[in-house]
Amino acid sequence: MANTHRRRTVELPEHPEFLWANASPKKSYDVIIIGGGGHGLATAYYLAKNHGITNVAVLEKGWLAGGNMARNTTIIRSNYLWDESANIYDHSLKLWETLQEDVGYEMFFSQRGVMTLAHSVSDVRSKQRNFYANHVNAVDSQWLTPEEVVEIAPIVNISQDIRYPVMGATYQPRGGIAKHDWVAWGYAKAASNMGVDIIQGCEVTGFNIQNGKVMGVETNLGPIAANKVGMVAAGHTSVLAEKAGFDVPLQSRPLQALVSELLEQVLDTVIMSGAVHVYVSQAHKGELVMGAGTDSYNSYAQRGGFHVIEHQLAAAVELFPIFERAHLLRTWGGIVDIAPDASPIIGLTPVENLFINAGWGTGGFKATPGSGWVMAATIANGEPDALAQPYALDRFVSGHLIDEHGAAGVAH
Amino acid sequence: MLHIPCPYCGPRDETEFHYGAEAHVAYPEPNEVSDADWAKYIFIRSNPKGWLAERWVHSAGCRRWFNVWRNTVTHEFGPSYKPFTAQPEKPTS
Repeated sequence: MANTHRRRTVELPEHPEFLWANASPKKSYDVIIIGGGGHGLATAYYLAKNHGITNVAVLEKGWLAGGNMARNTTIIRSNYLWDESANIYDHSLKLWETLQEDVGYEMFFSQRGVMTLAHSVSDVRSKQRNFYANHVNAVDSQWLTPEEVVEIAPIVNISQDIRYPVMGATYQPRGGIAKHDWVAWGYAKAASNMGVDIIQGCEVTGFNIQNGKVMGVETNLGPIAANKVGMVAAGHTSVLAEKAGFDVPLQSRPLQALVSELLEQVLDTVIMSGAVHVYVSQAHKGELVMGAGTDSYNSYAQRGGFHVIEHQLAAAVELFPIFERAHLLRTWGGIVDIAPDASPIIGLTPVENLFINAGWGTGGFKATPGSGWVMAATIANGEPDALAQPYALDRFVSGHLIDEHGAAGVAH
Repeated sequence: MLHIPCPYCGPRDETEFHYGAEAHVAYPEPNEVSDADWAKYIFIRSNPKGWLAERWVHSAGCRRWFNVWRNTVTHEFGPSYKPFTAQPEKPTS
């Protein structure tokens, strides 16, 4: 397989200053979105664009896209196992493919492919099962031999003498990366231009609920009334749900990532390995971006243990010997909300007109457009969008779980 | 890395332990609970921002389960205690 998309490090434009208006809250809105991350901003954008609902506020307790949107590893793919997942994640990937034109903003979306390595006989079987399932769902997927792996990514060590030798891989050519903060800024700019109020430094401290129906929210900037409220708060969803009086099956965990110093381009695809526990891409500026599994315990601290970083670097150096002398530049953590079946929760809640979009866990970035699209439709119509319907909160009572632990990039 | 106060062995490195999430989750009588309450037992665990009474097992040490208060914002530990003993008060600071 010829490697036709090798590229040199590209220069990024300067940081934009004023893309959106910093609004102060009005007394009331048609829709309030809690959470100014990627999913919240995408929800507001599609509410305005697809449904003509522009009297919308996005409330962000910190700064715009400063949570997991600033902390993820920007990997985009749709090669999940189950039909429900393939439907929503591939819808998202299709939206990514035209998103820059649609929003009118550069996002450095790069379909450089995503490769997932297999390191044991059982790993090969489960990855091949995934590969066949992708074909059934018309999601692009290839099976690669170790020799084909190094045609695409010559720096992978395919020696059979290492502890976890590469025995094959799945490859999704349509997968890739995008520049996370530019994605958020693009959505924010386009939503703001259509009339959405983006309000930073506004923390929701409670809900105004009367007769089982949400009437608005309490915030540090005072009460704000709303006909409908969408919770798109990722790791803090449990905290909000408690204030609204219902339980969610979520646990908040730290997920760490790291970057190396800036290097010449050596890797122009995305490589994931569940068995040895690392995933790597090389960002446009040249830094290697890596992530692995979550820390094991509940936390809201946006940091984790260094032994988790050491573990993923050990895996990376074995698979990519060339990384051995690269310097670690920075590590960080975000707080991800994980559901028992490692799939999101989207839809209605026990409180009328209060909607939930949560549980994206360790893989929410790729879903940003699709998540916003289905959440906007769910809020606008007052009933679950067809793609969101399987992700209802009541699946934990009915038992219709969507178990994607195996399709997650690495075990969490 | 956390230093976890095992009530049997004293403080040890986090890498010696495995996590068991919320402590004191009572097992309901399966034939007497509704589907919703069974789902709550299976899937719902406290996820507070602050103090949480949780379980750990000292896998690479004494291999025993125990409970401990830990703050999920500061990662500070409160008292640890053995199973089937009285739960210490939730720390206040």
